[in-house]
Amino acid sequence: MATMTSSETEKIEGARAKSFRLPPALISYLQAAPLTLILGSFLAVPILMIGMVSFWDYDFAQMYPDFVTFNYAETLGSWVTWKTYLNTLKFAFFVWAITLFIGFWVAYFLAFHIRTAAMQMVLFLVCTVPFLTSNIIRMISWIPVLGRNGLVNSTLISAGIVSEPIEWLLYSDFAVVLAMVHLYTLFMVTPIFNTLMRIDKSLVEAARDAGASSWQTLTNVILPLAKPGMAIGTIFVVTLVMADFSTVQVMSGGQSASVALMMKNQMSLLQYPAAAANAVVLLVFVLLMVAAIVRIVDIRKEL
Amino acid sequence: MTEKKTNKGISRRTLLKTASAAAGLAAGSGAITGFPTIWAQNTITLRQFGTGVSNLNAIAEKCKADLGITLEMTATDSDAAAQRAVTQPNSYDIADIEYWILKKVYPAGVIQPMDVKKLKYYDKVVPLFKTGKLKPDSVIAQGTAPHTVGFVEKPGTKTFAKGETQWFTMMPTIYNADTLGIRPDLVGREISTWADIMDPKFKGKTSILNIPSIGIMDAAMIMEAMGNIKYADKGNMTKAEIDKTIDFLIKAKQAGQFRAFWKSFDESVNLMASGEVVIQSMWSPAVAAVRSKGIACKYQPLKEGYRSWGGGLGLAAHLSGAKLDAAYEYINWYTSGWVGAYLNRQGYYSAAMETAKQHMSADEWGYWVEGKAAKGDIVAPDGKVMEKAGAVRDGGSFEERMGKVACWNSVMDEDRYMVRRWNEFIAA
Repeated sequence: MATMTSSETEKIEGARAKSFRLPPALISYLQAAPLTLILGSFLAVPILMIGMVSFWDYDFAQMYPDFVTFNYAETLGSWVTWKTYLNTLKFAFFVWAITLFIGFWVAYFLAFHIRTAAMQMVLFLVCTVPFLTSNIIRMISWIPVLGRNGLVNSTLISAGIVSEPIEWLLYSDFAVVLAMVHLYTLFMVTPIFNTLMRIDKSLVEAARDAGASSWQTLTNVILPLAKPGMAIGTIFVVTLVMADFSTVQVMSGGQSASVALMMKNQMSLLQYPAAAANAVVLLVFVLLMVAAIVRIVDIRKEL
Repeated sequence: MTEKKTNKGISRRTLLKTASAAAGLAAGSGAITGFPTIWAQNTITLRQFGTGVSNLNAIAEKCKADLGITLEMTATDSDAAAQRAVTQPNSYDIADIEYWILKKVYPAGVIQPMDVKKLKYYDKVVPLFKTGKLKPDSVIAQGTAPHTVGFVEKPGTKTFAKGETQWFTMMPTIYNADTLGIRPDLVGREISTWADIMDPKFKGKTSILNIPSIGIMDAAMIMEAMGNIKYADKGNMTKAEIDKTIDFLIKAKQAGQFRAFWKSFDESVNLMASGEVVIQSMWSPAVAAVRSKGIACKYQPLKEGYRSWGGGLGLAAHLSGAKLDAAYEYINWYTSGWVGAYLNRQGYYSAAMETAKQHMSADEWGYWVEGKAAKGDIVAPDGKVMEKAGAVRDGGSFEERMGKVACWNSVMDEDRYMVRRWNEFIAA
């Protein structure tokens, strides 16, 4: 943005030197142009193309421009799709609930129990440390921990707590949710921390002066004011989980399906139109979910 | 595995001109006497793409040294290879593909058949690729057996010939017989049939591969071994047969028979090495990789026989003149023994066994091909010790293994339906 404004000022100065002034309306259009161009060419056009391809015909090698609807009929008419959506929603719900709980309390601790701003920032940065390694590495490192002969099982067995290794730790829905919570909690912490920091401390004092217990302060003052942050965190986490394929594939050992994994399978078999139809359905679905969230909570309050 | 070497500054025209001039010169001087022509002065480049198993840097380097031909290699997975073969026919000179892919792409007219008279080692190719029979009394396996797509009547026809002709669609290079891999230390009993993977004793400790076109064949071997069904042709199932197979797999999955499904080579190695599974579909180099970690792993021969696959080199339809000559030269070099020995040493098989033998020590030949106990340590092409002295190859000799092929990897008429049902199995 900075370079844009400076080039814009140069332009205005240049114009002034030649005693020529651009009409004000044109200037605003010019200012909006770079972002429009970027979003237009890298977001709008690709999505339109996906929409277009979803109506094409295909065989193993090629796509044929056409207008057929069987890609949608096959996608929406198959129980696999519905089951997969249900499964993905299940993951989204569990991951959302757990990350919201953990994320809120981490943010609450950082915002209200750490006194100095410097310490707050230091601890917040500590939260981001795991993000210095890649997603895949953080995910795969769970495998030797949870495996049949992994750390957890060998500890439990040698401590005499269980006699047989616990099978459901790895390659199960549990493992998928665990890894996703690990991957996505920070996306919940950050926006909630941000909103909590903006809460005027005098509001908390006023509540206490009015005789509210800590619990009442939390439920009547802090939680309502933290809602925009929670909503933004929710949007992050839900969209990330809905679009995830690698975590589901690796942590479930290929036994569980997610919508994005279904698309990836179709793409690896070069069934691009089918995958495109699937992508359009997912896009509409996620947009509806986001619309619902925005409807319930006014996130603009935060801005 | 991708080798990219590009020569800049030589246009296609000058390249062809100098190359054909040199070829003419070579022919005129009577240089073609059985020795490979050295192309070094006129840098011929051949672009080869394929499924990765045989796209080896060592081959490109040796080819450059022996023939002076620069090989540009691109490795892809099999679905992408099929697509590329059809949609970008000018992007490659040599197609290194499996026979079931050839069955898909040949009718598109992108591969030109080779004249067997120009193939120096055609007579040395094992009969498996000509008649489908390793020995005169062998039974022809089901699926896309290489000989069924190996010949055409004449250049230009899109349908395959019934028997041996002068026009060979691909020169076979690499093939193998696949079976189940087991952890002999953990299975605790004799494994002798494909049905053993469904034994309730191994509940939660088995895996099959999640690549539909190959996984369905493993599933078919299991189904037939259990006596659930008798396929007319495993390699070309009817819709009803596909349904029955997939429904069975879904039931087994929901009962918790499988621990995981693997898609890539390293996944299968890790599942086996960590003890998560004790019996699973596997590829022979993956078994070697588990063993090289010091963990017992056996490529268990089973009484129903093997699921086999084979690949070869095909000539792109656009090749002509000097480039075509160079391509023949390359293929003749490929089958002249050095590469065959290299592939044999990795546990695959070469199509021209006799030529490969000359490039292997008697002990290597005995271990890899004759099924004899190794007299000394068996060393991989990269110098790593693969087997200690005294080891015997799982499944025994070449004839024992390739003679017991029950089916070949294949492409079905109901391919799209099969893939859809397979996805249901994974989602179930």
